[in-house]
Amino acid sequence: MKPRRLSLKGGVKQSAADGALFTQKNMNILMLGWELPPHNSGGLGVACYHLSKALARSGTTIDFVVPYDAEHPGIDFMNIHSATQIDPDFRYGLQAYDRDPTITKEFPDDSPINSMRAVQKKYVKYVEKLLDTVSPDVIHAHDWLTMEAGVRAKQISGAPLVVHVHATEFDRSGEQYGNPIVHEIEQEALLLADRIIAVSGITKSIIVHRYGIPADKVEVVHNAIDVSSFADYEYDMRTFKYLELLRSEGYTVAATVTRFTVQKGLTHFLRAAARASEKYDKLVYLFAGDGEQRDELIAMAAELGISDKVFFTGFVRGKQWRDAYSVADIFIMSSVSEPFGLTALEAAHHDSALIISRQSGVGEVLKHIFRYDFWDSDRLADQMIAIATSPSLASELTRGVKSEYARLTWDEVAVTCEQLYKRSMQGALV
Amino acid sequence: MSQPGIALYLHVHQPYRVRPYTVFDTADSHEYFSTTRDDASSNNEVIFKKVADKSYRPMNQLLEKLLSENDSFKLSLSITGTFLEQAEQWAPDVIASFQRIIATGRVEILAETYHHSLAFFYSLPEFERQVALHRKKIEAIFGVTPTVFRNTELAYNDQVGQWAEKAGYKGVLAEGWDTVLDWRSPNHIYRPPATNSIGLLLKNYQLSDDIAFRFSNQSWNEWPLTTDKYASWVENSFEKGPLVNLFMDYETFGEHQWADTGIFGFFDTFISDWASREDRQFYTVSDALSAFSPVAELTVPQTTTWADTERDLSAWTGNSMQREALRHLYALEHDILRTEDTALITDWRRLGASDAVYYMSTKWLDDGDVHAYFSPYDSPYDAFLYYINVIRDLRWRLMSNHGTGHLHG
Repeated sequence: MKPRRLSLKGGVKQSAADGALFTQKNMNILMLGWELPPHNSGGLGVACYHLSKALARSGTTIDFVVPYDAEHPGIDFMNIHSATQIDPDFRYGLQAYDRDPTITKEFPDDSPINSMRAVQKKYVKYVEKLLDTVSPDVIHAHDWLTMEAGVRAKQISGAPLVVHVHATEFDRSGEQYGNPIVHEIEQEALLLADRIIAVSGITKSIIVHRYGIPADKVEVVHNAIDVSSFADYEYDMRTFKYLELLRSEGYTVAATVTRFTVQKGLTHFLRAAARASEKYDKLVYLFAGDGEQRDELIAMAAELGISDKVFFTGFVRGKQWRDAYSVADIFIMSSVSEPFGLTALEAAHHDSALIISRQSGVGEVLKHIFRYDFWDSDRLADQMIAIATSPSLASELTRGVKSEYARLTWDEVAVTCEQLYKRSMQGALV
Repeated sequence: MSQPGIALYLHVHQPYRVRPYTVFDTADSHEYFSTTRDDASSNNEVIFKKVADKSYRPMNQLLEKLLSENDSFKLSLSITGTFLEQAEQWAPDVIASFQRIIATGRVEILAETYHHSLAFFYSLPEFERQVALHRKKIEAIFGVTPTVFRNTELAYNDQVGQWAEKAGYKGVLAEGWDTVLDWRSPNHIYRPPATNSIGLLLKNYQLSDDIAFRFSNQSWNEWPLTTDKYASWVENSFEKGPLVNLFMDYETFGEHQWADTGIFGFFDTFISDWASREDRQFYTVSDALSAFSPVAELTVPQTTTWADTERDLSAWTGNSMQREALRHLYALEHDILRTEDTALITDWRRLGASDAVYYMSTKWLDDGDVHAYFSPYDSPYDAFLYYINVIRDLRWRLMSNHGTGHLHG
């Protein structure tokens, strides 16, 4: 029971056909997105930004459509098209992660512009018109928000449609079923897409098993992290002074930086915090973020008798946001269903040890982490206490994950996408 | 002049794996090594019974057959105390077949630590106690007393050789690693520095690993390995020296290399063919020490082992979790032994199995070679977590039952 490493390793086969793909002419991509930094509400915008930037760097021409009208300082590597005149800061209920229970399948004719469906309708119309002037080689649509526009663009232009799934409605609705209309929109687009990109094996599995899509139509392309965007930062320990004082007295900070929605499994995390406090009292918890569950979580912390150990910050951005990572000794990703989970890589960059639920895709690309099932509060408690009480465990985890997270680059993601574009243009399924 | 020959040595071992033992078990449950979960990958009973079916039973049957059919077939075994305990509990027929094999008089048993520990490097007195415990166990079950020593994982340096001579052993085993041998061949007996009589036998890792690691590897350019081809390699090796030491895990047969790889048929044919040759021999390690004299002194200042490409202790002590775990374990030695609490002492010794820290190794995580090693746990970090929770429980038992020691963390 003690096998050692084999002294022979199989070589990685590189097909000549793959290499030949790069010598062809540059491609024009119509990229259909919902947000770009700094007007993003989460990881979708960040992923779209870095993917586009890396594609542009390798010579791809991109027309990127967003549903609002705003400046995007620093984005000069592609053409950004605004589908509406809405101000991104005033589109309450329209952000990528907002959930609107009143969504209907049909585009309403008379609804105000500030409803999700109305904006999507405008978005589709805009894309239809845009195709008069641009002729894409491939259409690349991100998530359900732009899937209808993607399908329409395919019908008009005849170009292949690549649907990039960052999250499905199953993910967004946590342990519940979600909105049937959104499911239907996803279902149609996934069927009509020429190729599908899933951001993790978990997401691919959902696409295959819950939407009934053939597995060979779906390719897993994990997200990456752009380390250079984290330069120009020095942690000065000033934002969370109280927590820093606790740390200096031997406390350990376990943090989450997230939206407070059912998808994120935060109630299970709080229960684990309460369980941990039964055995070890020098753990405190930073809940950085905001969302529909905020009040519920605050009440629940009180009910569990650990209010003094849980720190709610509200929405954090910029330096405060990075300081939240920096003050964290342990970063917890407690998601019930997390297609990828970029924040885990950001936390790794800021020297946190990671505990990631098995239901989070980012766990597929990291080995120097603890994993647990999102509902297993006892196990999470155990892992937090172990890190808090063992300096060697904490240092092995942070050192280990630092050695691996930076290998995930957007340039590699772009190369994979380009290969996939070419294959979809050739009409081949594999 | 003695005839060229093969010294085959197989190492038999099963550790007591720590079950998924949580912080909520600490100070509550003192049962570390058994779990009621049938499917648990750390369920020692389930694992033992599985390996007994896949390896111990078919291989012992084959060994018995070969020994009865071929008078010249000989081999050596080392069998850990923790293996024997588990076999007594869950597969007594396996003990009986080993007894029959030893009773042929052509199978030698080597000395080692009872608990497959690295105690030599942490506490010499404890190491000596574990070697003595092992000797007693072997004498009780097999009625023989070992005269050649092998340290856990073939961990060897000059001090191990010198200790073994002082302890009265006539031979000691080590890895025939290139950095130690340089231009010299492993096919000779050597003498550790500052010793007079003890012989050092070195594993021919090339030929040993051809069977132990590469046999079923289809991307190996020599696959499939035939007995004729292998015999010709052994013949070629004799050009460098008359003694080819084939040292490997017993579980190579049926567990590391499954039956469907053809490993049993290969072994059967190779051994029978070799035994039928009049100009070639099988040697037990003691036979080899009588047949050949040391050709030179061999200095091994750095500890070598027979594990992975580094052939050092880094798989067990390479990261700080492993070092912390061992430090905490051995720090309890004095307090634990003083209690004379047999159950507590036994638990503590079982935790000293090198396997426990091996499961905490992170050295494979970065090179994508994770599937090449076995662990009952999801990750090295889980291995450490369960272990540390148990260490805390040992401290708790010391405090609450014996009023000694103190709790940390």
